[in-house]
Amino acid sequence: MTTKLTLDQVAVGDAVPALAVPVTPTTVVLGAIASRDWRPMHHDYKFATERNGVQDIFLNTPNQAAWFERFVTDWTGPTGRLGRMKFRMRDSIFPGDTMTFTASVTDVTTDETGCGWAGLEVTLSATSAERPEPRVCSTCSVRVAVPTSADDNPWSRRGDQWKP
Amino acid sequence: MADETAVSDLPSEVTDMIGVPLYHQSADFDVERGYTYNTCAATQNANPVYWDDSVAAEITGGPIAPPTTISLWMRPHFWQPGAEGEQVALQVHFDLKRIFGLPEAVMTDNTITFYDPVRPGDRISNRQVLTSVSGPKTTKLGTGRFWVIDVEFHNQRDELVGIETYTGFGYVRGAA
Repeated sequence: MTTKLTLDQVAVGDAVPALAVPVTPTTVVLGAIASRDWRPMHHDYKFATERNGVQDIFLNTPNQAAWFERFVTDWTGPTGRLGRMKFRMRDSIFPGDTMTFTASVTDVTTDETGCGWAGLEVTLSATSAERPEPRVCSTCSVRVAVPTSADDNPWSRRGDQWKP
Repeated sequence: MADETAVSDLPSEVTDMIGVPLYHQSADFDVERGYTYNTCAATQNANPVYWDDSVAAEITGGPIAPPTTISLWMRPHFWQPGAEGEQVALQVHFDLKRIFGLPEAVMTDNTITFYDPVRPGDRISNRQVLTSVSGPKTTKLGTGRFWVIDVEFHNQRDELVGIETYTGFGYVRGAA
Protein backbone atom coordinates (compact mmCIF):
# COMPACT_ATOMS: atom_id res chain seq x y z
CA MET A 1 0.00 0.00 0.00
CA THR A 2 1.81 3.11 -1.23
CA THR A 3 -1.14 5.35 -2.11
CA LYS A 4 -1.46 8.59 -0.19
CA LEU A 5 -4.49 10.19 -1.73
CA THR A 6 -4.95 13.93 -1.34
CA LEU A 7 -8.24 15.79 -1.64
CA ASP A 8 -7.29 17.58 -4.86
CA GLN A 9 -7.14 14.15 -6.52
CA VAL A 10 -10.77 13.38 -5.66
CA ALA A 11 -13.91 14.47 -7.53
CA VAL A 12 -17.58 13.67 -7.26
CA GLY A 13 -18.39 10.78 -9.55
CA ASP A 14 -14.97 9.16 -9.27
CA ALA A 15 -15.06 5.38 -9.07
CA VAL A 16 -13.05 3.66 -6.37
CA PRO A 17 -11.10 0.66 -7.73
CA ALA A 18 -13.22 -2.45 -7.24
CA LEU A 19 -12.15 -5.23 -4.89
CA ALA A 20 -13.22 -8.82 -5.59
CA VAL A 21 -12.61 -11.56 -3.03
CA PRO A 22 -13.51 -15.26 -3.27
CA VAL A 23 -15.18 -16.32 -0.03
CA THR A 24 -14.38 -19.65 1.59
CA PRO A 25 -15.47 -21.15 4.92
CA THR A 26 -12.10 -19.98 6.25
CA THR A 27 -12.91 -16.38 5.22
CA VAL A 28 -16.10 -16.51 7.28
CA VAL A 29 -14.59 -18.21 10.33
CA LEU A 30 -11.48 -16.02 10.37
CA GLY A 31 -13.67 -12.92 10.33
CA ALA A 32 -15.97 -14.16 13.08
CA ILE A 33 -13.13 -15.12 15.40
CA ALA A 34 -11.20 -11.90 14.71
CA SER A 35 -14.26 -9.91 15.77
CA ARG A 36 -15.00 -12.12 18.81
CA ASP A 37 -18.34 -13.16 17.35
CA TRP A 38 -18.95 -16.64 18.71
CA ARG A 39 -22.47 -17.13 17.36
CA PRO A 40 -22.73 -20.52 15.67
CA MET A 41 -24.19 -19.37 12.35
CA HIS A 42 -20.73 -18.01 11.55
CA HIS A 43 -18.85 -21.27 12.08
CA ASP A 44 -21.30 -24.19 12.35
CA TYR A 45 -22.71 -25.41 9.03
CA LYS A 46 -25.39 -27.60 10.59
CA PHE A 47 -26.61 -24.78 12.84
CA ALA A 48 -26.73 -22.33 9.94
CA THR A 49 -28.57 -24.66 7.61
CA GLU A 50 -30.83 -26.52 10.04
CA ARG A 51 -31.61 -23.80 12.60
CA ASN A 52 -31.30 -20.60 10.57
CA GLY A 53 -32.52 -22.18 7.34
CA VAL A 54 -29.85 -20.57 5.19
CA GLN A 55 -27.60 -22.27 2.68
CA ASP A 56 -24.35 -22.12 4.67
CA ILE A 57 -22.46 -20.19 7.35
CA PHE A 58 -22.27 -16.51 6.48
CA LEU A 59 -20.10 -13.44 7.00
CA ASN A 60 -20.84 -11.58 10.24
CA THR A 61 -21.62 -7.87 10.41
CA PRO A 62 -18.53 -6.62 12.32
CA ASN A 63 -16.28 -8.42 9.87
CA GLN A 64 -18.12 -6.82 6.98
CA ALA A 65 -17.35 -3.46 8.58
CA ALA A 66 -13.67 -4.41 8.66
CA TRP A 67 -13.82 -5.35 4.96
CA PHE A 68 -15.41 -1.96 4.18
CA GLU A 69 -12.57 -0.30 6.10
CA ARG A 70 -9.94 -2.26 4.16
CA PHE A 71 -11.61 -1.38 0.82
CA VAL A 72 -11.74 2.34 1.62
CA THR A 73 -8.20 2.62 2.99
CA ASP A 74 -6.82 0.66 0.05
CA TRP A 75 -8.01 3.68 -1.96
CA THR A 76 -6.95 6.48 0.39
CA GLY A 77 -3.75 4.97 1.68
CA PRO A 78 -2.81 4.98 5.37
CA THR A 79 -3.41 8.72 5.83
CA GLY A 80 -7.11 8.25 5.13
CA ARG A 81 -9.08 8.31 8.39
CA LEU A 82 -12.59 6.95 8.72
CA GLY A 83 -15.08 9.40 10.20
CA ARG A 84 -18.37 7.61 9.83
CA MET A 85 -19.88 4.48 8.31
CA LYS A 86 -23.57 3.76 7.92
CA PHE A 87 -24.50 0.41 6.55
CA ARG A 88 -27.53 -1.66 5.73
CA MET A 89 -27.54 -5.41 5.32
CA ARG A 90 -29.82 -6.85 2.65
CA ASP A 91 -28.52 -10.35 1.96
CA SER A 92 -25.82 -12.67 3.28
CA ILE A 93 -22.35 -13.53 1.98
CA PHE A 94 -21.70 -17.29 1.86
CA PRO A 95 -18.74 -19.55 1.08
CA GLY A 96 -18.62 -20.04 -2.68
CA ASP A 97 -19.55 -16.43 -3.31
CA THR A 98 -17.22 -13.92 -4.84
CA MET A 99 -17.88 -10.71 -2.96
CA THR A 100 -17.18 -7.48 -4.83
CA PHE A 101 -16.84 -4.02 -3.36
CA THR A 102 -17.50 -1.03 -5.59
CA ALA A 103 -17.92 2.63 -4.72
CA SER A 104 -18.28 6.08 -6.15
CA VAL A 105 -17.48 9.45 -4.67
CA THR A 106 -20.63 11.37 -3.80
CA ASP A 107 -19.23 14.34 -1.93
CA VAL A 108 -15.95 16.26 -1.58
CA THR A 109 -15.80 18.95 1.09
CA THR A 110 -13.53 20.81 3.48
CA ASP A 111 -15.08 21.52 6.87
CA GLU A 112 -14.72 24.67 9.00
CA THR A 113 -11.62 23.26 10.69
CA GLY A 114 -9.88 22.71 7.34
CA CYS A 115 -10.30 18.95 7.36
CA GLY A 116 -10.90 17.42 3.93
CA TRP A 117 -13.66 14.86 3.52
CA ALA A 118 -14.77 12.45 0.82
CA GLY A 119 -18.19 10.84 0.86
CA LEU A 120 -18.53 7.41 -0.70
CA GLU A 121 -21.43 5.12 -1.48
CA VAL A 122 -20.09 1.59 -1.27
CA THR A 123 -21.92 -1.48 -2.54
CA LEU A 124 -21.04 -5.02 -1.55
CA SER A 125 -22.45 -7.50 -4.02
CA ALA A 126 -22.00 -11.25 -4.46
CA THR A 127 -22.07 -13.78 -7.25
CA SER A 128 -21.65 -17.54 -7.23
CA ALA A 129 -21.78 -20.43 -9.66
CA GLU A 130 -25.33 -21.19 -8.52
CA ARG A 131 -26.41 -17.54 -8.50
CA PRO A 132 -24.38 -15.80 -11.22
CA GLU A 133 -26.45 -12.62 -11.26
CA PRO A 134 -24.93 -10.08 -8.87
CA ARG A 135 -27.01 -9.59 -5.76
CA VAL A 136 -26.54 -6.55 -3.55
CA CYS A 137 -25.78 -7.79 -0.04
CA SER A 138 -24.89 -4.57 1.79
CA THR A 139 -24.60 -0.88 1.13
CA CYS A 140 -22.47 1.51 3.13
CA SER A 141 -22.23 5.29 3.21
CA VAL A 142 -18.74 6.31 4.26
CA ARG A 143 -17.30 9.66 5.32
CA VAL A 144 -13.53 9.49 5.22
CA ALA A 145 -11.01 12.25 5.94
CA VAL A 146 -8.38 12.71 3.25
CA PRO A 147 -5.34 15.01 3.51
CA THR A 148 -5.84 18.37 1.84
CA SER A 149 -2.15 18.50 0.90
CA ALA A 150 0.91 16.28 0.99
CA ASP A 151 1.87 17.57 4.46
CA ASP A 152 -1.61 17.36 5.97
CA ASN A 153 -2.51 14.42 8.21
CA PRO A 154 -6.11 13.88 9.42
CA TRP A 155 -4.83 11.56 12.16
CA SER A 156 -3.26 14.54 13.93
CA ARG A 157 -6.71 16.01 14.60
CA ARG A 158 -8.32 15.73 18.02
CA GLY A 159 -11.12 17.37 20.00
CA ASP A 160 -12.80 20.26 18.23
CA GLN A 161 -10.57 19.78 15.19
CA TRP A 162 -12.17 16.41 14.42
CA LYS A 163 -15.80 16.54 13.30
CA PRO A 164 -16.71 13.14 11.89
CA MET B 1 -34.32 6.78 11.96
CA ALA B 2 -37.23 6.42 14.34
CA ASP B 3 -40.01 8.92 14.12
CA GLU B 4 -40.26 10.43 17.53
CA THR B 5 -43.62 10.23 19.13
CA ALA B 6 -45.45 12.15 21.78
CA VAL B 7 -43.98 11.38 25.17
CA SER B 8 -47.50 10.71 26.47
CA ASP B 9 -47.69 7.69 24.16
CA LEU B 10 -44.85 6.00 25.98
CA PRO B 11 -44.91 4.35 29.39
CA SER B 12 -42.90 6.12 32.06
CA GLU B 13 -40.56 3.15 32.21
CA VAL B 14 -39.49 4.12 28.69
CA THR B 15 -39.52 7.90 28.99
CA ASP B 16 -37.31 7.55 32.06
CA MET B 17 -34.75 5.74 29.90
CA ILE B 18 -34.54 8.27 27.07
CA GLY B 19 -31.31 10.26 27.08
CA VAL B 20 -29.99 8.50 30.19
CA PRO B 21 -26.68 6.57 29.98
CA LEU B 22 -27.41 2.97 31.01
CA TYR B 23 -25.54 -0.29 31.50
CA HIS B 24 -22.05 1.14 31.87
CA GLN B 25 -19.63 -1.74 31.27
CA SER B 26 -15.86 -2.04 31.14
CA ALA B 27 -14.05 -4.43 28.81
CA ASP B 28 -12.72 -7.71 30.20
CA PHE B 29 -9.22 -7.05 28.88
CA ASP B 30 -6.98 -4.32 27.46
CA VAL B 31 -6.79 -3.51 23.77
CA GLU B 32 -4.03 -5.64 22.32
CA ARG B 33 -2.33 -6.04 18.97
CA GLY B 34 -3.27 -9.69 18.48
CA TYR B 35 -6.74 -8.65 17.39
CA THR B 36 -5.29 -6.05 15.04
CA TYR B 37 -3.32 -8.79 13.30
CA ASN B 38 -6.31 -11.17 13.34
CA THR B 39 -8.53 -8.49 11.80
CA CYS B 40 -6.00 -7.55 9.14
CA ALA B 41 -5.37 -11.21 8.32
CA ALA B 42 -9.10 -11.90 8.06
CA THR B 43 -9.55 -9.01 5.63
CA GLN B 44 -6.17 -9.20 3.87
CA ASN B 45 -5.59 -5.60 4.96
CA ALA B 46 -2.03 -4.48 4.17
CA ASN B 47 -2.38 -0.98 5.65
CA PRO B 48 1.17 -0.35 6.95
CA VAL B 49 -0.15 1.53 9.96
CA TYR B 50 -0.99 -1.90 11.37
CA TRP B 51 2.14 -3.74 10.25
CA ASP B 52 5.02 -1.24 10.41
CA ASP B 53 5.67 0.61 13.66
CA SER B 54 7.68 3.31 11.90
CA VAL B 55 4.70 4.12 9.68
CA ALA B 56 2.39 4.05 12.69
CA ALA B 57 4.70 6.45 14.52
CA GLU B 58 4.71 8.84 11.57
CA ILE B 59 1.00 8.77 10.73
CA THR B 60 -1.00 7.79 13.80
CA GLY B 61 1.42 8.68 16.59
CA GLY B 62 2.07 5.02 17.36
CA PRO B 63 0.16 1.77 16.93
CA ILE B 64 -3.61 1.87 16.80
CA ALA B 65 -6.34 -0.73 16.44
CA PRO B 66 -8.37 -0.70 13.20
CA PRO B 67 -11.27 1.70 13.86
CA THR B 68 -13.89 -0.86 12.88
CA THR B 69 -12.76 -3.14 15.72
CA ILE B 70 -14.28 -0.72 18.23
CA SER B 71 -17.05 -3.00 19.44
CA LEU B 72 -15.01 -6.19 19.69
CA TRP B 73 -13.33 -5.07 22.91
CA MET B 74 -16.66 -5.18 24.69
CA ARG B 75 -17.72 -8.63 23.55
CA PRO B 76 -17.61 -11.18 26.35
CA HIS B 77 -15.39 -14.23 26.33
CA PHE B 78 -17.11 -17.33 25.00
CA TRP B 79 -16.52 -18.87 28.40
CA GLN B 80 -15.05 -17.69 31.66
CA PRO B 81 -15.05 -19.02 35.20
CA GLY B 82 -18.30 -18.39 37.01
CA ALA B 83 -20.23 -17.09 34.01
CA GLU B 84 -23.61 -18.69 33.44
CA GLY B 85 -25.84 -18.39 30.40
CA GLU B 86 -25.51 -16.11 27.44
CA GLN B 87 -24.51 -12.54 28.13
CA VAL B 88 -26.70 -10.19 26.11
CA ALA B 89 -25.25 -7.23 24.27
CA LEU B 90 -27.38 -4.12 23.75
CA GLN B 91 -29.52 -4.70 26.82
CA VAL B 92 -31.68 -1.62 26.16
CA HIS B 93 -32.92 -3.27 22.98
CA PHE B 94 -34.06 -6.32 24.93
CA ASP B 95 -35.58 -4.11 27.65
CA LEU B 96 -37.75 -2.38 25.04
CA LYS B 97 -38.87 -5.69 23.55
CA ARG B 98 -39.97 -6.77 27.02
CA ILE B 99 -41.66 -3.51 27.97
CA PHE B 100 -43.68 -3.28 24.75
CA GLY B 101 -44.33 -7.04 24.53
CA LEU B 102 -42.69 -7.32 21.11
CA PRO B 103 -41.21 -10.80 20.69
CA GLU B 104 -39.42 -10.22 17.39
CA ALA B 105 -36.88 -7.57 16.46
CA VAL B 106 -34.49 -6.68 13.67
CA MET B 107 -31.79 -4.05 13.31
CA THR B 108 -32.45 -1.92 10.27
CA ASP B 109 -29.47 0.46 10.33
CA ASN B 110 -26.05 0.58 11.93
CA THR B 111 -23.90 3.70 11.98
CA ILE B 112 -20.41 3.90 13.48
CA THR B 113 -18.83 7.28 14.17
CA PHE B 114 -15.13 7.26 14.95
CA TYR B 115 -13.44 9.66 17.37
CA ASP B 116 -10.05 9.29 19.10
CA PRO B 117 -8.06 6.27 17.93
CA VAL B 118 -8.04 3.13 20.08
CA ARG B 119 -4.52 2.08 21.05
CA PRO B 120 -2.92 -1.06 22.49
CA GLY B 121 -3.12 -0.89 26.28
CA ASP B 122 -6.37 1.06 26.32
CA ARG B 123 -9.24 -0.25 28.43
CA ILE B 124 -12.53 0.42 26.66
CA SER B 125 -15.88 0.90 28.34
CA ASN B 126 -19.31 1.59 26.93
CA ARG B 127 -22.77 2.70 27.89
CA GLN B 128 -26.11 2.63 26.10
CA VAL B 129 -28.35 5.65 25.51
CA LEU B 130 -31.89 5.32 24.19
CA THR B 131 -32.38 8.38 21.99
CA SER B 132 -35.87 7.90 20.56
CA VAL B 133 -38.85 5.56 20.29
CA SER B 134 -41.50 5.80 17.58
CA GLY B 135 -45.20 5.46 17.87
CA PRO B 136 -46.80 2.21 16.66
CA LYS B 137 -45.81 1.39 13.08
CA THR B 138 -46.83 -1.34 10.67
CA THR B 139 -44.34 -2.73 8.17
CA LYS B 140 -44.25 -5.88 6.05
CA LEU B 141 -42.75 -7.66 9.09
CA GLY B 142 -45.56 -6.81 11.43
CA THR B 143 -46.67 -4.10 13.84
CA GLY B 144 -44.37 -2.63 16.45
CA ARG B 145 -42.08 0.30 17.14
CA PHE B 146 -38.76 1.66 15.94
CA TRP B 147 -36.15 2.78 18.43
CA VAL B 148 -32.69 4.31 18.20
CA ILE B 149 -29.94 3.37 20.64
CA ASP B 150 -26.50 4.96 20.83
CA VAL B 151 -23.67 2.90 22.29
CA GLU B 152 -20.91 5.26 23.38
CA PHE B 153 -17.37 3.93 23.74
CA HIS B 154 -14.72 5.62 25.89
CA ASN B 155 -11.15 4.81 26.80
CA GLN B 156 -9.71 4.73 30.32
CA ARG B 157 -9.18 8.52 30.20
CA ASP B 158 -12.91 8.94 29.47
CA GLU B 159 -12.09 10.15 25.97
CA LEU B 160 -14.79 9.36 23.43
CA VAL B 161 -13.47 6.84 20.91
CA GLY B 162 -16.66 6.01 19.04
CA ILE B 163 -20.42 5.81 18.91
CA GLU B 164 -22.42 3.00 17.36
CA THR B 165 -26.01 3.92 16.54
CA TYR B 166 -28.52 1.15 16.03
CA THR B 167 -32.04 1.52 14.70
CA GLY B 168 -34.12 -1.42 15.83
CA PHE B 169 -37.67 -2.45 14.98
CA GLY B 170 -39.44 -4.59 17.56
CA TYR B 171 -42.65 -6.15 16.29
CA VAL B 172 -45.36 -8.76 16.52
CA ARG B 173 -45.12 -11.00 13.47
CA GLY B 174 -48.05 -11.22 11.10
CA ALA B 175 -49.91 -8.28 12.55
CA ALA B 176 -49.47 -6.27 9.33
